[in-house]
Formats: sequence, structure tokens, C-alpha cells
Amino acid sequence: MNLFSIIGEALRALRQNRLRTGLTMLGMIIGVAAVVLMLSIGQGAQTKINQSIAAMGSHLFIVVPGATSSGGFSFGSGTIKTLTINDAHAIAELPSIGATAPVITGTAQLNYAAKNWSTIITGTTPDYFAVGSWKMESGTTFSESDLRSAARVVVLGSITAKNLFNDEDPVGKTIRITNRPFLVVGVLMAKGQSLTGRDQDDNVFIPITTSERQITGSQFPGSIRYMLAQGNSADDMDIAEIEMVQLLRQRHRISAGKENDFTVRNLTAIADVATSAAKVMSMVLGAIASVSLLVGGIGIMNIMLVSVTERTREIGIRMAIGANQRAILTQFLLEAMMICSMGGLIGVVLGIGGAWLVSQVADMLIVVTLGMIGLAFLFASAVGIFFGFYPAKKAASLKPVDALRYE
Amino acid sequence: MPSIQPHHVINPLIKIENLCKSYSLEDANGRTIMNQVLFNINLTINQGEFVAIMGQSGSGKSTLMNILGCLDTPTSGSYWLSEKNAAALSGDELARIRNRSIGFVFQGFNLLKRMTALDNVAAPLLYAGVSRSNSRRQALEFLRRTGLENFALHQPNQLSGGQQQRVAISRALINQPALILADEPTGNLDSQTSREIMSLFAQLNRDQGITIVLVTHEDTIAAYAKRLIRLKDGHVIYDKNNDRSLRTQ
Repeated sequence: MNLFSIIGEALRALRQNRLRTGLTMLGMIIGVAAVVLMLSIGQGAQTKINQSIAAMGSHLFIVVPGATSSGGFSFGSGTIKTLTINDAHAIAELPSIGATAPVITGTAQLNYAAKNWSTIITGTTPDYFAVGSWKMESGTTFSESDLRSAARVVVLGSITAKNLFNDEDPVGKTIRITNRPFLVVGVLMAKGQSLTGRDQDDNVFIPITTSERQITGSQFPGSIRYMLAQGNSADDMDIAEIEMVQLLRQRHRISAGKENDFTVRNLTAIADVATSAAKVMSMVLGAIASVSLLVGGIGIMNIMLVSVTERTREIGIRMAIGANQRAILTQFLLEAMMICSMGGLIGVVLGIGGAWLVSQVADMLIVVTLGMIGLAFLFASAVGIFFGFYPAKKAASLKPVDALRYE
Repeated sequence: MPSIQPHHVINPLIKIENLCKSYSLEDANGRTIMNQVLFNINLTINQGEFVAIMGQSGSGKSTLMNILGCLDTPTSGSYWLSEKNAAALSGDELARIRNRSIGFVFQGFNLLKRMTALDNVAAPLLYAGVSRSNSRRQALEFLRRTGLENFALHQPNQLSGGQQQRVAISRALINQPALILADEPTGNLDSQTSREIMSLFAQLNRDQGITIVLVTHEDTIAAYAKRLIRLKDGHVIYDKNNDRSLRTQ
């Protein structure tokens, strides 16, 4: 009997028991849909994290001033102003470091026409935008000469720009920061939330020199809140960290055995942790969804066993008219596989639909890839073969005489 | 021993030697006991014969029929069908013999449910590897010969008993087997239909030389056969030409 005829027989058998076939298929549909949905949620989370990492800038270090301690009490990092603009310049000269950006921050009230807005003022150098992977929406960043002359120029984050200017083009306009006029030279492209969930777009950037002298002020001239340092390559991150630590210890005259008065954090490592956490979540979600696929598979085995028992006489008749074991085995295996692959197909469609719904309702990033669809479908077929084999084998190994006599 | 020996046939179609069959059963205490159903059967059936096997229930006639049909295997002894020892064949080879060399007609018709008469008749051809369209074409031809071409697309439950049995006979004939095994073929039919079915068998035997082995417990049905074998408690107790049958020929 050729495969085409057997497929026809299997289809006929499945049609004869529509309700049962449908219910069995439902197990498969739910399983496959769950796998597709869970994988797409996991993939979405991973993609989101990757986007955040890319937005953060590649191979970044953040260097913060160290904690101070007084009378046995340790204060938090950044509590003393041990890090300076000159430290940042010196680190930028290291061979393993591409660029650095010292940062001082403060909050201030902004005014434009009748609107006012309070936000974070970041005083930094022009390198900050390259190091932090910022892109310009319009205009330019401030320049080295602005830095040198402590010019009153400002680059706006996209949310700040929207709040102050609405649909107006801010570039070339003058806003007031703590009542001092600043020329808007550029607007940054939106970046969204950072990995820690902080909104990075409600922000304004001015030259660090301007900030120090006119806006935030400083107890200790030249001291900074933190600095970003960009390694030259992902491979040299460890070397870069050691070099930075050595250089800063030397510059801060810290003798051997004493603790650092600063902390160097590798942001890539933090990103790696976030990425692997997302991967684990993805896998856990997939594994949970697979359980439902497994349950669906057991359902198929159960129904196929019932079906074999019910159709014992049919099997006997088929054997009497010349079906060999393989023909019977193939017929029942194909029935199981058809339930699975049809269920799988519907499940994939439902899973994608569900993913879309979740992305709409929960405002989550959902990523459906061809790979995960293929995986779910393959897995479903494998479940069909695995759980269909035993009942099919049972049918095929019936003795013709017993099968025919079965009432 | 056989009374009929047509001189133009050299090799017997069926040759059974010292055939025994027993089943193992479990008694109430869980012990296995052997229940012997057939005892040292010796039988030769030539091509073109029309044999009726008679006996009361429990006489072993159905068991013998199952062994003849390669649905069951003997416990000991040999069964030669067309010079092949069926006792030594694999399951696949037996399936092939059932497909090509034997046609079955059962008391309960044993048609496949929810399949048209046409597909039922075509099924053995599909298992023989013939394409679907070819096998359907041939099936229609065989249905025509039994006068059922107008019922080709009916399902078994839409047909009368006699019609169902004629579909079953068409199915048995489609691979042009050497042997037709009919197990109480008229058991579920009224006397008029029974006569029609038996005439069909007699005609197939007379015109096409198909060997027919028939199991029945009714004398009026056995009367159509040319040779009569009686079984009792697993032994052949009678094996003679059927004079009445010869008279009707």
C-alpha cells in the first residue's frame, strides 16, 4: 500500500471521529501555542535587553568615587570627591581606553517662553555622546571650544525637548536654566529606559566647565560625580580595568594594602548578567510550555490506544485482506502524526495571535522568529511519533486471528 | 483418502499433514493448561475443488479454517499451500499470501465500516501496491460482475445483507486468488439470499475453477459443495464426494 493511500485511510479514520480528533488535537494546539507564546515573550525580553545594552554603549566602564568611612561607619560610594576631571583626562590616555567622559550632575529649573520644567542637568564633555552611543535628532553636540570657553550651550534629551518645545524645533532657541540663558544646539534621539528602568531621555547636557562654574557649582573644584570610560575592545576589558585601577591608585597616592578610594564597574559584565538572566527566563518559560506539549502527547497516546482497541476488528479485517504489520503500523502512526502536525499548525497560528495580543495588551516587546515556529512544529511532530509509536506497534503486532475474533 | 482426484491437476493446492493445534489457557488457579482443538489432521485439497467442512460448534472447523487462511499457525504438523509451508513463513509472507492467494468471505461480512462498497472491494489491491485509481477501476468491474455497480458508492450500512455479502465476495475475488475461504457465508442471510450467494459460489467454482472451502453447519448449504468433510472433536470423521451435489451439477 503506498503512502498516499495510507494518508487517505488515516484522514478518513480521523474524520470518522471528529469530536475526539478535535479534542485530542486541542491538547497539541494548546501545547504548541504555549511554546510559541512563551518563546516569543522570552525572545522579546532578550531583544529588549540587547537594545538597552546597545543603547548604553559598548564596552563601557563606569568609575565612581569611593566610599568614605568615619569612625567605623562606611558611607556609600561617591560620598567623597576623590575623582577629578584630570583623572578622566589621564585615563583617556591609557592604551586600552578609547575615550572618557567625566560627569557632574545637578537639578535645575528650565524655562522656555511660558513653559518650565525641572530636570537633571548633566555637565560633561563632548566625548560623552560618542561613549554613551547617543544619536542626534537634530542640531549638533556642544564642541571642545564650547567646553574650553564654558559656553552657555545645551543639548536637550528628547523628553525635555518635547516638554519645553512641544512641536517647535528647539535648535537655535534660547532657554533659561536657573535664569541664565542657554542656546540650544542639539536634540538627542530618544533612547528609552536604561537596564535599571531609569528614563534616559529626560535630561539636558551642558559643558562640564559651564556646569561647574555656573549651575551646579562644586565644593572641590575639578571633582566629578562619576566618569564613563570606553574600552577599545571587548577582549581587552580585563586589561583596561587593571590599568585604570593602577593608574588611579598611583594618581591618588594609595599605598599598597590600602583600599581604593574609587570603584570601577564593568557595565558589559552587568549587561552579560542581564542577558543570561533573560536567556534563563526564556528557557524556563519554554520548559514550562513544553510540559503542556508533553501532556498533549500523553493525551494522544491515550486516545490512540483506545482507538486501537476499538478498531481491533478493523485491524483484523485489514490483515485478512493482506495488510502486513508495516502497513498497519504506518496507518496508526500517521494518524497520530496528523493530529500532531495539524494541531501544531493551528497552535503556531494561535501562538502568534496570542503573542500579538500580549504585545498589544501588556505593551511588551514580543519577537516571533521562524526558528521558534519551526522548533515548536518539529517538537509537536516528534511528540506525535514518540507517543503514537506504542499504540501503532500494539495494533501492528495483533495476531490476525485474535483481531478478527474480537467483538 | 480424498475421493476426488481430478487427473489434470498434478500438485494439490492444499496439503495438510499431521496438523495439531492447541491453545494455552489459564485455569481458575492461574495454571496454564493446554487445550487441544485439532488432532493429527491429514487433508489434501486440489485445485478446482468445492469443499464443505461441517461440524458442530467446538468441532475445530473454525480453527482449521483460520489455519487454512494463514490467520493462525499450527502448533505442529505442516500446512502446504501452493507448495509453500505456511508454518515456516514470516508474518509479512503470510500477509502476502492472504493478499494474493486467498479470498475471505465471513459470516458477518466483515466489511470496513464507513467506506464505500467500491473502496472495500479495492482495499486488497491497495495493499498489493496497486494505485488508488487503478484499484478503483478494477473494483468497479468486480462489483459489476456481482451486479452491484449501482451500489458502488453506498456504505455497508446502506446495503442489505445479501448485497454486503456480494461486496465481500467481490473483495475476495479482486486479487484473483486460487482459494476462497468462506466461513458460514450464509449464516446471517435469509434462505432466498442464501441460495443466491451459494449459486454465486457454485458458478465461480464451475466457470473459473476457483477452489472454494466452505464452513457450514447447514446441510442445505453444504449440498452445494462437491466434497464433504465432517469434523468432530478435532478429528476428521467423514470425507466423501457429495453425491447430491454431483446430481445438481
